[in-house]
Amino acid sequence: MSLSSTQKGTATEPGAAAGAADVRTSETADVSISRTTAVSAGQTTDVRVSETSRARFRVRGTFAGNELAVMFRRTRNLALLGALAAIPIALGVAIKLTTRHQGGDGFIGQVSNNGLFLVFSALTVTLPVFLPLAVGVVSGDAISGEAGQGTLRYLLVAPVGRNRLLAVKGGALAVFCLVASVTVAVSAFVTGMILFPLGRVTLLSGESISFGSALLKAVVITVLVAASLLGLAAIGLFVSTLTDTAVAAMAVTVGVTILSGILQSIPQLSAIQPWLFTDQWTSFADLLRDPVYTPNIVHNLLIQGLYVAVFGSAAWARLSTRDVLA
Amino acid sequence: MTVESDLGTDAAIATSGLSKRYRGGQLAVDGLDLTVPPGAVFGFLGPNGSGKTTTIRMLVGLIAPSAGRVELLGRPIPQAANRVLPRVGALIEGPAHYPYLSGAQNLARYDAADRTADPRTRAARIGTALERVGLANAAQKKAKAYSLGMKQRLGIAAALLQPRDLLVLDEPTNGLDPQGMREIRALIKTLAADGTTVFLSSHLLDEIEQVCTHAAVMSRGRLVIQGTVDQLGAGQRARLAVTTPDAVAAETVLKAAGGTDLRAEGERVHCDAEGLEPDAVCAALVAAGVRVFGFGIERPSLEDAFVALTGEGFDVAE
Repeated sequence: MSLSSTQKGTATEPGAAAGAADVRTSETADVSISRTTAVSAGQTTDVRVSETSRARFRVRGTFAGNELAVMFRRTRNLALLGALAAIPIALGVAIKLTTRHQGGDGFIGQVSNNGLFLVFSALTVTLPVFLPLAVGVVSGDAISGEAGQGTLRYLLVAPVGRNRLLAVKGGALAVFCLVASVTVAVSAFVTGMILFPLGRVTLLSGESISFGSALLKAVVITVLVAASLLGLAAIGLFVSTLTDTAVAAMAVTVGVTILSGILQSIPQLSAIQPWLFTDQWTSFADLLRDPVYTPNIVHNLLIQGLYVAVFGSAAWARLSTRDVLA
Repeated sequence: MTVESDLGTDAAIATSGLSKRYRGGQLAVDGLDLTVPPGAVFGFLGPNGSGKTTTIRMLVGLIAPSAGRVELLGRPIPQAANRVLPRVGALIEGPAHYPYLSGAQNLARYDAADRTADPRTRAARIGTALERVGLANAAQKKAKAYSLGMKQRLGIAAALLQPRDLLVLDEPTNGLDPQGMREIRALIKTLAADGTTVFLSSHLLDEIEQVCTHAAVMSRGRLVIQGTVDQLGAGQRARLAVTTPDAVAAETVLKAAGGTDLRAEGERVHCDAEGLEPDAVCAALVAAGVRVFGFGIERPSLEDAFVALTGEGFDVAE
């Protein structure tokens, strides 16, 4: 009895070990094999089984669920999201401290009048650099990270199936894009709500709409920002199938974003600019017009779809034929 | 195994003309015809760089052969990989883990990757697998905190998540202490006794001798020999050895007794034991006044057979 209670460590009073084993039984219904004998406790083997099967981790049914659980449990990814959440807070505090200089251009100038504008400002500020950085790190790591640490070969012999692995990785990246932009938006909304007044919103085209309708627009804009990142995520996924070195894949993916931004700024390249995945990243602001100006938004979504199709196929072609040596 | 095997065999592993040329032009595996009988514990031997790991990678479909075919449990690889591999547990070129996940979480991820694995029994199967390799008490520890031997055990646990028909274990006792080696060898014997075919690559010859029923030897990408462990040793003949300060006299006696392939190395004189009566030879030696310090028949070890077959020790093949 004393053996079992020390091995279980926590939450078990001496003398109550047998009862505790019963409680665990109901917690982890999956583990019924030696459960009935565990009541008689004291036997080392029984104690061990209940220890290992205790649901400190959630045992997820599907590989997709597991991929998401691993993605959002990983400290590095949480740190990325934490950094994204900190940016709107810093932005809000900076604006609050400098409200004497009223006005200013764009969304930032309006934040001190209406906290909701911090959402638009924060998304505008994070979209060119910080969001692509986070997406570049996670997407560049998707396959190359598995290859680099050798787990790719064990997933493949499990067998996960190469197509299924790529589909799950791609789907998880899309979720990450959404979570990243939602993180920025929610952090900005909460910060704006605390630091600034809220109320009716004046659109770029001059009309005034209710706070509720503006909030709805903010939600749609957040989703549009997430969608704007999909092309980059597809590029990152493809690059990550090319190498076993995750850092290289991340660097290339982030570098591609920077390159695209540079190409964007060279007037002589106007012919190719509409095809760059960064070209219409700011199109989400068109939602703040009445009526909503849609052409650029549609253009952006088409470009993102095109990049997903092209680089998704390339990633599939590469991974499905690749010799996995790592 | 309702479908008839194309290679016409009921072998657990069968390859025919299996070759792999890497992009650099290097021929790593050259025309391998391997047959692993069902239920065997099959030792796969070879010096470093002889193509063992490349072969194993082709067996489980990680890399595509340049030529030839692979059948696992009667089904072609890689075509039927998704159907066959759930019945195969594998440890390939060392274990690999997610360092930021616990041991149990690592196994949960590998198990989730297998579509045929039942999520409802997952926790129980993980607990059992960890227990079999002696990791039950470290289940909740992050894998990065594991020692080399514990990582190796976790890798073996991953191969044991489901009842398997075939286990492919590449150097399974690597990094383990002597006690751990003994445990894992005992585990392999238990699994084999349950009818699981085990394909075991190792550079430890005594490990192969202790555990395996069959063995194959690779050298420079080619299969030198395959058969039962007894057959492999049979190529080498037993030798009769005498330890004595009177080497010259001993040689004379052995020659007179009909000993062939006579060799003297300092105080040790030995010859082919075939056809000799040890007791008579010993009596003759004593009668001739040879001071016998040591006398005996030496059975050839697998190591002798190995060196004789590959013509090299365990040096890296060029």
